[in-house]
Amino acid sequence: MSEQNQQAVARYRNNFLKEVEDRVEDGEWVKMCMQCGVCAGSCPFGPHWEHSPQKIFMMIRAGKREEVLASDSMWMCTSCYNCIVRCPRKLPITHIMHGLAHYAHRLGMAPKGQPTREIARLFWNNLAKTGRVNELKFSLAMYFKDGFVQGIKNLLAMQGIGMGLMKARRLNPMEILGGHKCKDKDGIHKMIAKAREIEERKQGYAS
Amino acid sequence: MTKKNYAFYPGCSSQKGASASNFATSIEVMCEKLGIQLNEIPDWNCCGASIGYGEGGLLPRLVINARNLALAEQNLPGQDLVSGCPACWLSTRETAEKLHEFGDLMAEANEALKEAGLNFKGTVRARHIVEVLVEDVGFAGMKQHVVKPLEGLKIAGYVGCQTNRPFGIAGESFENPMYLDKMIETVGAEPASGYDQKVTCCGGALAFSEPDKSQKQIRDIVESAYDHGAEMIVTPCQLCQANVEIYQSEINKKQGTKFAMPVVYYSQLMTVAYGGSLKQAGLDGHVIQPEKLKQIASRQK
Repeated sequence: MSEQNQQAVARYRNNFLKEVEDRVEDGEWVKMCMQCGVCAGSCPFGPHWEHSPQKIFMMIRAGKREEVLASDSMWMCTSCYNCIVRCPRKLPITHIMHGLAHYAHRLGMAPKGQPTREIARLFWNNLAKTGRVNELKFSLAMYFKDGFVQGIKNLLAMQGIGMGLMKARRLNPMEILGGHKCKDKDGIHKMIAKAREIEERKQGYAS
Repeated sequence: MTKKNYAFYPGCSSQKGASASNFATSIEVMCEKLGIQLNEIPDWNCCGASIGYGEGGLLPRLVINARNLALAEQNLPGQDLVSGCPACWLSTRETAEKLHEFGDLMAEANEALKEAGLNFKGTVRARHIVEVLVEDVGFAGMKQHVVKPLEGLKIAGYVGCQTNRPFGIAGESFENPMYLDKMIETVGAEPASGYDQKVTCCGGALAFSEPDKSQKQIRDIVESAYDHGAEMIVTPCQLCQANVEIYQSEINKKQGTKFAMPVVYYSQLMTVAYGGSLKQAGLDGHVIQPEKLKQIASRQK
């Protein structure tokens, strides 16, 4: 168990709802859910979630900490915002799902190797490096995330699409040499580091 | 004509050689004709898109967007920030609204922005180019410049998710927004009425991580366009465009379909209708060729 996770367990004892309200983006909305199930029925990937948002909300209230944070359900969110606009209680469901996934990731409890968790990590690291996304490096990082051999297999499988995009001048092989970036990338690094520090301080990770 | 100035936030996919570089090309003639002056925000950065949540968390995401807002406020005062990418628009608008509503978040964001020598006062509004077209130019204004109506073209207006939810275009419904169909009519083409996948999700970033689940969505989107007699799909979203266009070959390979449905941007339709060339409309940037539109673009009137 990660240190941050141990510390959270000790701090919140059996009150997982309180933990979510304090530490998860828009978590204070969870108690407003009236269990109507519109979110579950509106989700494009709904059939693939082990637990729909409606169930996740009930599980949080029931204190099922381990089951919620280790679930791969939140990682099925495509950010389509259907649930947000349809929720009769106006819960920002998409944000709560993102917040739960991030919290589980931060505590080291999110499922290992979950593909969306992996690409989310690669995407952020890619953009944080230079301030802008390098699409070529991001794609390559994704294909090679499960090792070299699998990476080559992925590349071969996707070569038709890659060549098509290159021909259309929408994928530039020269991006491998660096590509687009912000001038003030150092300022961006410092700014992001500061934002993390403030968030950790505010959420009491350090105490 | 006096031009209206906007602080332009192109976004990563609209850079040279990137996946929506042809979108970036295609808005030039459109903006020129409509008197829209886009002034690029100096040294803008990535918005984090939606998938940035996993590693980024709330405050770092707000802060990277606040940097763009602060740069616009400082360098292009009084101008609305405008983006053509729904993810950029959504992230920036969400940030502007959250910082406006919560004083503590604004203070924290500024504490972090200080590290990059910036400060955000909160005076900038974040808008989508489609909002500029619909609200500032208007449908009559868009129609006025049509010299080459796209007659005989039937097009499925695929709005997708993030141009439509959670903010959307004011006055439109989330379930059946009509502005894209109206834009199709404005340029003289026929919208495929009853196109039932108008606001279906293409899988977004999960097209990478969950290809089979996403390709099922894409199959529905393309199949319905065929069912409704459309010759091409038009969308306002860069990720929808890329996903729906480039994965058709994968779906064909895996499922034995014979999809070859072109997917273009509204700005490409408008540029062609305004007399722009094939190149000016970015029509040389497709994997599935929009032949009919290319023919019209190449035709002398």
